[in-house]
Amino acid sequence: MGSTNQYDAIVIGAGHNGLTTAAYLAKSGLRTVVLERNPYIGGATVSRELHSGWTYSNCSYVCSLLRPEITRDLELPRHGLQVIPYGGGVTFTRDGDYFGNYSDHEQQYREMCRHSKRDANAYERFSTDVMKQTRLIRPFLMRTPPDPTSLHPSQLRELARFGKAFAELGEEGFADALRFWTASIGDFLDGYFETDVLKTHMAGSAIIGTALGVYSPGTAYVLLHHYMGDVDGSIGAWGFARGGMGAVSGALQSALFSFGGEVRVDAGVSRVIVKNGQTQGVALENGDEVHAPLVVSSLDPRRTFTKIMAAEDLPPKLVQAARNFKIRGSSGKLNIALDGLPHFTGLDQRSPLMKGDMHCIDSLERMERAYDDWKAKRWSRDPYIDMLIPTQVDPTMAPPGKHMMTVFVQYCPPELSTGEWTDADRDAFGKTVVDQISRHSPDFKNLILHMEVRTPREIENEVGLTEGNIFMGELTFDQLLFNRPFPGYAQYRGPVKGMYLCGSGSHPGGGVMAAPGANCAREILSDLRRPALVPGSYSDD
Amino acid sequence: MNTLATRPAHDPRAMLETPFHPRIAAANGLQSWYNWKGYVSAERLDQIEFEYFAIRNATAVFDISPMTKYRIEGPDSEAFLNRLFTRDVRKIREGRVGYGVWCDDAGQVQDDGTLFHTGPDLWRLCSQERCLDWLHWSALGYDVRITDETASVAALAVQGPTSCSTLRAMGLSGIETLKPFELRSFPFHDGELMVSRTGFTGDLGYEIWTSTALALPLWDALFAAGEHFLIKPIGSAALNIARIEAGFIMAGADFVPAEQGVRHGRSRSPFELGLDWLVDFDKGQFTGRRALLAERASGSRYRFVKLDVEGNKPATNSFIFGAGQRKVVGTVTSAVWCPTAKSNVAMASLDMPYGRPGEELWAEIYYMRELKWTRVMARAKVMETPVFDPPRRRQTPAPRF
Repeated sequence: MGSTNQYDAIVIGAGHNGLTTAAYLAKSGLRTVVLERNPYIGGATVSRELHSGWTYSNCSYVCSLLRPEITRDLELPRHGLQVIPYGGGVTFTRDGDYFGNYSDHEQQYREMCRHSKRDANAYERFSTDVMKQTRLIRPFLMRTPPDPTSLHPSQLRELARFGKAFAELGEEGFADALRFWTASIGDFLDGYFETDVLKTHMAGSAIIGTALGVYSPGTAYVLLHHYMGDVDGSIGAWGFARGGMGAVSGALQSALFSFGGEVRVDAGVSRVIVKNGQTQGVALENGDEVHAPLVVSSLDPRRTFTKIMAAEDLPPKLVQAARNFKIRGSSGKLNIALDGLPHFTGLDQRSPLMKGDMHCIDSLERMERAYDDWKAKRWSRDPYIDMLIPTQVDPTMAPPGKHMMTVFVQYCPPELSTGEWTDADRDAFGKTVVDQISRHSPDFKNLILHMEVRTPREIENEVGLTEGNIFMGELTFDQLLFNRPFPGYAQYRGPVKGMYLCGSGSHPGGGVMAAPGANCAREILSDLRRPALVPGSYSDD
Repeated sequence: MNTLATRPAHDPRAMLETPFHPRIAAANGLQSWYNWKGYVSAERLDQIEFEYFAIRNATAVFDISPMTKYRIEGPDSEAFLNRLFTRDVRKIREGRVGYGVWCDDAGQVQDDGTLFHTGPDLWRLCSQERCLDWLHWSALGYDVRITDETASVAALAVQGPTSCSTLRAMGLSGIETLKPFELRSFPFHDGELMVSRTGFTGDLGYEIWTSTALALPLWDALFAAGEHFLIKPIGSAALNIARIEAGFIMAGADFVPAEQGVRHGRSRSPFELGLDWLVDFDKGQFTGRRALLAERASGSRYRFVKLDVEGNKPATNSFIFGAGQRKVVGTVTSAVWCPTAKSNVAMASLDMPYGRPGEELWAEIYYMRELKWTRVMARAKVMETPVFDPPRRRQTPAPRF
């Protein structure tokens, strides 16, 4: 056993959560190594130059949920991270008009009035209600979910904390919480708004990354998940990481290095070595072994417990739970290098609306139909897209005057009715999306210089997310809090001594928050009886 | 699906201008603007002292066009409004104006506003906050039509001791016989002016309502007539001093409109805002009645008070302490030095049972002079009446100055 392969802790996967856990372990003085399968780090928080001069945020593409407590504590700005807020957004309608979502309150009010004065007014109520619910959840993002079956005082205290937060919501807020966690976004929005295009614009964030339709129960919570971040205290705001999302993982890696941690790329883990119910280290795909008493997996729970851990080392019930874990592929991604800024019908090129998220689907029915295609194992013929051109805000990602476009696409099934995805299928999927955008942007096609098209097949193969599920498991109530990923495993501890989970499959879920990684590190350090150094939440008040 | 034809044209401007904007912009020497519900509005045009004394000494003109205005009409309009408001609106006869509040089901104040009974089955509701959606909810089952007419009505507040003289000079004959909270129409050019004896200053004053097309002719006629009565355009800053001096509360400053509150328990009932006189349990059902009956039986959580604060430092954002200076019993919501009444007034929300009339409390005041901060504890006595309430406010016929 070479000493160079002996560590205190191994973290599998150099995504943002793996790097966060590793940074805290290294900061605590543990000899820590992160093992990454790809030749580059980042996982789904990655920037790559696939066309010379253009940087893509290949997977995740915007930033809001990254916990500010971690950003500050690990000094990520000093390590190169800058998150720039963006505003605006627009949904193009089939009649050549659009609904614009301004970041300025009064402009937004007037634009909503153009569609419905009542809706413009109802939006204030909607925002208040959403804000109430984010305030319920936010304090628990940087905390380990309690074990609801334990009578241990610490667990009872955590449960009491939940109870108190609920009580503080008041009667209506309490009822709203239950609705938010269980209702469909369509039903929920119907309770506020009468204009379809407005509802559709809002509904997008409730289905992103989720293999559910706008009228499927549980989608309202997914919307909440997208509203509970903040940029500089502005709750619900989103920003671009300057230089692409890879800047987040880059800064985390730099922080890790500053604490003496290591990262090895091209180091795919084939198996976690377990002896006598205790982890010993990992075997790599190249046959090498790396040893440590502590093995932390940032991979999704399905992959962790069915691919790199042997069933005989695990409780049978857990293996079943991992197999049944809802981690369904529902989305694809296009990253496009553009020769210039495209024109969109009806919109001035300098409009602030273009600096935000743009969409080409204008009714909840169309969104539901798009989901119907997924159920039939087809990509949506009329997909929902979340399209941004970050180069209007970030000058670093394309040559001057040129632009980069990121297009998140839903729905895109993990497997087609015709069988496995083929390259031809992938190209046809890309064409479907480009055609839809072209209907609202006549010069768009001619500006395309290079395009990366990713279906669940590419995302799983290249990033490692099972079925390409961006949240490492759906954010439905059956898989949240003390049920995430499975009952009994919500406190980041695996079924084997020395084995932990730190990925987005654990509480509080995905979306480049780094909270699972930090919470996991806190539990590990507590188990090792080392000084606590992972920060808690800022007070929201 | 909506069609392009049914939707108004997109307006990408960040801020709108009121119909009076050309005149106000020309008069605004300080170019100090603020955003009032999306409209460019003057915060101050001249020194604030000069503007304030235009209110109390001559005639001050404030553009209230951005104020939210709803037209409510139909055979059930009175019944609908009576269900909405906590007071009995049947007592607001045609040609009269009433101040009131409306609550949610929990008896928490959504907003306050003035209700103008402008014609048979025809009303105008002016409010601080937008509430179209709430009005529509409340109107279910009533035969009423509710229209947001904010953008189509131009309005000026004309306030101060010489305001009546100014309007008389402008040709509004008989205006001096208009009683407080009464309204009357006068022909003007090819249209008319609706004039109400209302305002937010606690002084003799009027509000003039007209079509946007007549806005500039109104302004010009008003300022020509008012020249010798020392008429002056003012901004919101001076108005705010006057309204605190007069003891008027403002949504967003002195209470959180119930629908906007994110934190449970931060809203207030009418009782908790000192507006008991606006709640009429005998008029029949109204929204929030059951909760307010329960509150009357079991007691309120808070009391809203006007405080006479010792010294001359405004108790802005101050904590209020009990008699022993040990316990914080509330916070100040609005405070100002009153230049006419020469007193230091604060309005505060206190925990019950503090704030009984005449009770002596303490205000913790921080003030800065040349970067040096000083903390003083000032005696604060609960007042029963506002410090400024001149007879001219009520006199009819209105006195000439």
